[in-house]
Amino acid sequence: MNKHLTLTALVAAGLVVAGCAKKAPQILPPDPGGAPSQTDTTGTGAPTPGSQADFAATLMGQDTIYFDTDRYNIDATDQQALAAQAQWLLKYPAKRLTIEGHADERGTREYNLALGERRANAAKNYLVSLGVDAGRVTTVSYGKERPVALGSDEESWARNRRAVTVTID
Amino acid sequence: MKKIILFLFALALPGSALLAQVATFTPAPTEIEEDIVGTSDGNDAKIAIPAFATNADVPTQTSAGSTSTLGFSVAGVIFSDLRNNGLFQPTGPSSLPRPALSQVQAPDYGGWRGRGADMLLQGYVRAEANGNITVGCYLYDVALGEQKAKAGWTVAPGEWRRAAHKCADMVYSQLSGENPFFDSRIAYIAETGPKDRRMKRLAIMDSDGANHSFLTTGQTIALTPRYSPDYKSILYLSYYNGQPRIYIIDPVSKAQRLLLTSKNPLFAPRWSPDGRWILYSMATGGNTDIYKIPAGGGTPVKLTDAPGIDIGGSFSPDGNRIVFESDRSGSQQVYVMNIDGTGQKRISFFGGRAATPEWSPRGDQIAFTHIAGNFRIAVMDPGGGNLRYLTDSWQDEAPTWAPNGRVIQFFRTTRGSGKAGIWQVDLTGKNERKLDTPVDGSDPAWGPLRP
Repeated sequence: MNKHLTLTALVAAGLVVAGCAKKAPQILPPDPGGAPSQTDTTGTGAPTPGSQADFAATLMGQDTIYFDTDRYNIDATDQQALAAQAQWLLKYPAKRLTIEGHADERGTREYNLALGERRANAAKNYLVSLGVDAGRVTTVSYGKERPVALGSDEESWARNRRAVTVTID
Repeated sequence: MKKIILFLFALALPGSALLAQVATFTPAPTEIEEDIVGTSDGNDAKIAIPAFATNADVPTQTSAGSTSTLGFSVAGVIFSDLRNNGLFQPTGPSSLPRPALSQVQAPDYGGWRGRGADMLLQGYVRAEANGNITVGCYLYDVALGEQKAKAGWTVAPGEWRRAAHKCADMVYSQLSGENPFFDSRIAYIAETGPKDRRMKRLAIMDSDGANHSFLTTGQTIALTPRYSPDYKSILYLSYYNGQPRIYIIDPVSKAQRLLLTSKNPLFAPRWSPDGRWILYSMATGGNTDIYKIPAGGGTPVKLTDAPGIDIGGSFSPDGNRIVFESDRSGSQQVYVMNIDGTGQKRISFFGGRAATPEWSPRGDQIAFTHIAGNFRIAVMDPGGGNLRYLTDSWQDEAPTWAPNGRVIQFFRTTRGSGKAGIWQVDLTGKNERKLDTPVDGSDPAWGPLRP
């Protein structure tokens, strides 16, 4: 598959913008099911430092990295996101985390389970290369079973080919 | 396990002696030349299937009611079985007169000829003193005016549909020359709920969708079941405890256990045809390989070692070869190997991707998912030749073979909604239909003919 998949998105101005970057989901994906809420509930307006809410608020979407069809390589955009994750994780060295690997619906079920695992591991390996202790990191693949974007189109698939880092409160 | 008792001697019924000979399932040499896989081109045998007669209309413990209504229901099950696969043009009990018991062995050929029937299937049901049900099944060639086959079974009341499936299998085998398949069961994944939070439950049903039952509650994701050859257990993947692992469940008691303890994710469980080995796939550091382990426990043997994803696997019916899927070439393709992992060789060269291979129980074909734009169910021979598409839709995947290797089930996903259903197609690709399931369904796994 072409790594430089061209995604198109309608912007508010009514223009059609063609981006040549790989993933570029235009909308931040919602929380994966079961993940702690990103919303602070302390009433102070700021999440508790070191919490998952703090992690998510700090990362501003960079808790998720995206992949091209059938790929699992970590590209420059992913490296930036993972570096931002590592920066936070190194500040809270006791914090454990799970990386959830996902695939889009346009793959067979079992292969996608293995592919999601490979993606989660690629993210894990990069975090470890940045100094995050491997013992803190677990991975889990959901294959195509837990999409965040519900359409059957290129943009939805791009948003679903992802690895999401969730810290464990 | 409850057993069906095959008649071995004459039955004494009031005023008649039915089934005077030993019944047999051995397909007799067919005198009727027919396309083995059948088409709907007008050559289908017209079979009349009137309600089965009974010696006395008495209550039964079956779900179908008295022997009279049961006789109607038995004929209805046989009618549905035969109607749904392109070989036959049956007429069912609701539009035919029910023969008298005395006519079961002495059909009114003239009357059936007048109705345009080529073949006649009739029979009787009888309630036994102990509550069991006896079903006698007789197939006649109306044009020739002669009996073609007969058989009888005594079953527990809860298994009356099995007797009907056995009777349908007798007709199917007799007229097609193929092995039977109706008396079999299917494990699958029942799906409900929104696309991003689908509930996926392990479920089982008869080959016609009857006797449906859920085996898991849906609190954790269940995927990719496989019936053991003896039907005593089902392998499947569950996210119980949060991680994908392989469990083995008893479909009757619902007791289950981990196939093996592992810190790594485990996928894609498979049985060998003799039930002695289990294949599974395990990811280590993102690299997935195929292993085998004795079904009773023991030391796993690693079969593949290529970088990338090697997954799935399906034994040839003689148990000597395994067909599996690997992306070692850069994309999913189908490979074969010996059961010790030697001799790995790619066989799919069709362009696009080739996935989820399943070896036919007859050994002559491999069914798989071909991905080139859309996902289609296709077959090829075990050498990788003679690609033939059986379906043409947006996303069809994961074929599973009927016990006789002539019919395939798979699941079809609808673009957009993501809703999936179980479909069935014969080897011509012409006779395709959706199975009735209580909710959406995926991952069908067809078991063998029931023991």
